[in-house]
Parts: sequence; structure tokens; C-alpha cells
Amino acid sequence: MKANPAAVLTGPHFLDGDQACCEGALAAGANFAAGYPITPSTEVVERFAARIPTVGGLFIQMEDELASSIAILGAAWAGAKVFTVTSGPGFSLMMEHIGLAAMTETPCVFVDVQRGGPSTGLPTLPGQADMMQARWGSHGDYQIIALCPNSPQECFDLMIDAFNLSERYRVPVLFMMDECVGHMTEKVLIPPADQLEIFPRRYTSLPPAEYRPFKPGPDQIPEMVKAGDGYRFHITGLTHDERGYPAMNWRAQDKLVRRLVEKIRNNVDHIVRYEERDVDDAEIVVVAYGITSRVALRALQMARAEGIRAGLHRPIVVWPFPEKRLRALAEKVKAFVVVEMNYGQMVYEVERYAAGKARTVLVEHGGGTVHDPDDVLQAIREVAR
Amino acid sequence: MSTAPVVEPAVNPVEPFLRTDRMPHIWCPGCGIGTTVNCFARALVESKLNLDKVAIVSGIGCTGRVAGYLNLDSFHTTHGRAIPFATGLKLANPELTVVVYSGDGDLIAIGGNHFIHAARRNADLKVICVNNFIYGMTGGQVAPTTPVGAVATTSPYGCFERPFNLPYLAESSGAVYVARWTVFHVRHITRSMVEAFNKKGFCFIEIITPCPTLYLRRNRLGDSLDAMRFYKQKSVIKNGANTKDVDIGFQSEIVVGKFVDIERPTLLESMDQQLRQTLKDRYAGPGGH
Repeated sequence: MKANPAAVLTGPHFLDGDQACCEGALAAGANFAAGYPITPSTEVVERFAARIPTVGGLFIQMEDELASSIAILGAAWAGAKVFTVTSGPGFSLMMEHIGLAAMTETPCVFVDVQRGGPSTGLPTLPGQADMMQARWGSHGDYQIIALCPNSPQECFDLMIDAFNLSERYRVPVLFMMDECVGHMTEKVLIPPADQLEIFPRRYTSLPPAEYRPFKPGPDQIPEMVKAGDGYRFHITGLTHDERGYPAMNWRAQDKLVRRLVEKIRNNVDHIVRYEERDVDDAEIVVVAYGITSRVALRALQMARAEGIRAGLHRPIVVWPFPEKRLRALAEKVKAFVVVEMNYGQMVYEVERYAAGKARTVLVEHGGGTVHDPDDVLQAIREVAR
Repeated sequence: MSTAPVVEPAVNPVEPFLRTDRMPHIWCPGCGIGTTVNCFARALVESKLNLDKVAIVSGIGCTGRVAGYLNLDSFHTTHGRAIPFATGLKLANPELTVVVYSGDGDLIAIGGNHFIHAARRNADLKVICVNNFIYGMTGGQVAPTTPVGAVATTSPYGCFERPFNLPYLAESSGAVYVARWTVFHVRHITRSMVEAFNKKGFCFIEIITPCPTLYLRRNRLGDSLDAMRFYKQKSVIKNGANTKDVDIGFQSEIVVGKFVDIERPTLLESMDQQLRQTLKDRYAGPGGH
């Protein structure tokens, strides 16, 4: 289906990433958001609170991130398209409900505008150190999808993809921005509504007597219902069977959790997205995402000017990680230079898939500002030697 | 020719409200939670609500299992977070009657912040709190409702913290309907539930319930029958009582009754009115779901 024209601000705009993220959510059909103020993410919900009453839907500021992250799940089961927005400390509190959303297969989007951590860290300055938390932060075994925009334009475009993926796979999608992308202002071109494809919720057409809430479809994904439609369904965070009833045994656990994991794993090829520059002849590939990819691009240009055959691989979908592509690159390149605003997170993924076939070097940074392109260039020079 | 009398098969009147395929339930013999569920089912019958439009939300714990046994749209959420889940559910579909059914530990300890804020904003929720003075599911630990002096596994020498007075907490936070009963008062409970179903806004019903396995046994208070005898003898109905005066001490008198029944715009009504007034014809409404 196409986007709702009433929600889409078609045309060229000068927006920061937080505002563009909000417009992307609106264009995707979000009609319910709950949030709690936290720098540097608050602008997203401030704009949503101003915009949504004129589009149709609502925003509620809850008493904390525990509340906002579960209020959206309640709204989703009433039929709304939902998201919440936060930064590091709030993201930590939301882990509980990322787990509940994964377990109950509730479509929803969590935006994390990353700042420096741990704890209160650097509220107004950038970081990229929540990347592993995004993947593993809630207890137990589950899969999520995470996207990483590197510009306000992508904050708009990828937010639509985030909602579509969450509906398609019935999984929480994490939108991993950073303070720089959130607060940088650039041109954002919003297309006409009829050019925006929206994945509708997978509602069942079965009558209540035949419907089973967690009976997987051919693609392992069950069909959904919403409260108030006469299905009298049960949803629980406990391990459950196809009826949604608690089932406290290893067989039920294996059946359910295996499916939660496999519905993403088996579709990795459809989900993975990345952008590459100059990798065809490259002997060194720089891997960077979010704002850091733009610094890395500068370093890459400098390296090329020196005659070093360097390229750039930028994961856009960061979870699941583009394993196949990294394995293929490892076969032909000499080294990976991983640039990220932390002391080593996604580098472990690169190292894993390089599998000893290509050297993997990390250019670390504690956050608070972006890397100096010279530091990245220096690392490229060293591995090129 | 003799004709045998036609005997209709016995049908439990609350059976249609239960997921009988989930029986037996997990509750101990003598537990009071089942009694409250019976009252709830009877209140649903009396209220004549369209059951397709009633949703029930529970948190975690013994009472947290209620949602799963009722034949309604039901949500068994995370510990302490039934109220914010229910808030989102109700806001996104105002047609629903949304009931939150949980225990004292879930609603008042880990969920205490959500409880006071939902009451403050007058979220249109019917909150039923089964108060057994203890954490049952995890084996009898001290709760923010445990009377001073009562023994629990984590207060083996007697509880020394002052417990919350739940009706007072609910009223001072903004609840529009507040009642307390014991499981001895089954008809009163049912009547309060019907009143809450028919009322808009944050309604709170506390039901004092025996936990024979953990609270009664550890405190040498006999079995559930003794507890019922105690409730009968030691509870005093004082409708309209000042909620400040309804604290519960160890084996003290229990003041029960309907304490609060007032009118105040709900969260959604206030939101709708404010936006309509400010945005005028630009306001597109909370719907669109």
C-alpha cells in the first residue's frame, strides 16, 4: 500500500536528523508514539507531538522509559503503528520491552540517538557504543533488525524501511542514530506519498474459531489480530505454544525461540543492506557506519590521493550484519580497517567473518566528537605498508 | 409408562468467561485469587458489556496469571508494567474497556510509579489489586503491603517497614473510584466491579486475600477458612471513610467499603478537549488506527 498523503510533507526541506526521523515515522504511518525526554533524541518526539494531532493519532509523554517502551506495545495490539525514541540511559531501561516485543512478535520501532556512555556519559555529544546492546541487550535469545543512517535524508528514508521491516517480520526494529546525525541539518527531499511503499500489518483473514495467534505462516511469521475484534486471544511474555498459552517445557521453548531466531536468520539475504565505494580494486576496505562512515569517506579519498587502493563498506542494516559480503571481501582484500566511535564493538563481527583471511584493525574513539580523518588515514597507511 | 425426569447438565455460570482448556490453574488450594475471578466473571455478566470489547492486562505474579485464564483479549506483560501497557492499549482504541488485574507487589512495588501516574492523568483503566500482603509466586518475600511485624522469608524477624495504605495512595494520586473489600465480601466486590465498569476514569479496587501457603502458614494464622472467619469478624464496612484512616496493621481491623466516587475528565477527554480548543479544524483526532 502507499503512504497516507496527509502525513507526508512532500518537497525539499532543511531538517536535522531528529526531525527527519520524525517525518519518516509519520510517512511510514506511525500514529502512536510514547516517549520520555532525553538528550539528544527529544526533538523527534517534540516534532511528533506537534504534528500528529493534525494527521490523526497521538503522542503521550510517559513517566519513564519503562513505561513509554511498553505503552507502545499496548497501542500496537490495539492496531496502532508505534515507535519510541531515546538515548543511552533510556535505551538501557527499554531493554525489558525490546525482549517483550521480540517474544510477542509485536511490530514496533525503537529509535536510539546514541551519545557517549556508559551511564550518563556525554548527554550532548555523540557515541556509537550501544551497537552491541542493540543486538544483545535484553536477556534471552532473540533476533532484532537494526538500521544505521548517516544523514538526515537517510533518517527519513530508513525510518520508513524500519517500520516496513518491523511489520514484515513482526520484530522490534532498532534505529541506531548518533548525536551528530541527529543534530546535523541538511537538505531532505521528501517524495510524494504515492512513491512511498508501506508494508501493511499482517492481519489474519481467518475467523476466530480457526485462528491461532502464533501459528507460523509459510515464511515462519504468524498472522496478527488486534484487541476488540472478537478473537479473544492471549499474549504473554512466557514461552508459549501456537495458541499463545504458556508452555513451560523445553520442547515449546525450542519450537518458539528457534523460530524467533530463524525468521530473521533465514531471511538475512532479504534484510541485509550496505553501500560500498571503490571496493572493486581495493586491497584495504574501511568498514564504518553512521556518522563515522562520512569521516571514513574523507580518509578514503585522502588514501586514494596517495595511491593506496582503499575502499569503503558501510553497513546500512547493521543487524543482521552483512556476513556473506564480509566473507567474500575477506577472500580478496588484505585488511579491514574498522572505524567506530567506541573501543571495539562491530569490529568483532568483522574479525569473525574475516576469519583470519584478512587482517582486521580497529580505529577506536571514545566518543564526544567524530574521528579525525587523519587518524583513519594513518591506520590505512599502516596496513597498506 | 414412566418418564425419567429431564436433568439439565450442570453448568457453572462463569464457565463461558474462562479458558477451560487452561485448567487446572496454578493457584494453591485456599488461595483467594480464584474467588476474585469468580466475582469478576459475575460482574461481567451483570454489566452486560460486549465481551469482545473488554481487554484484560496483567503483570507478573500469582495474580498476574489471571489474564491468561479469562476468555477475553488478554495480555500477560512484564513485571510492574501492566498499567503503562494498558494505557497504550486504551488510548489507541478508546472503545475498549481495559481492566488491569494484578497483585500488590506488581502494581505497587515495581509498578508503583506507573500506578500513581496513571491515577494522576486519570487514564480510563479499571485496576483490580489482589493484596495478599506478600510475594506469592517467588515464595513469600516481604512486600510494600506487608503489615509491620508480619514474618516473610526476607523479613524473617518481622517486617519493620511501614506498608502503603493503598486506598489513600490511589485517592491522593487522583483515582476517581476507590474501594476495598476482602474476599469474604463477594457480593460487594462484584458490585464495585460493576460500578467501575460503568464509570469513566481510573478506578481502583483493592481486594484483601489470603495466601495460605506463605503468609498464613508462616505467621501461624491457620488456613484460609480461619482467614475468612477473621475477615468476617475484623472487617468493618465504612463507605465514604477518609482513606487516611484505613491503614492495615498486623491482624488489625480492616476498614472496607467504597471510599471514593467522583467525576473528573479522563486522560483522553482532557487531551481531546485541549487539542480541539487549540488546533480547531486542524485537529484530526486521536483515531486513524
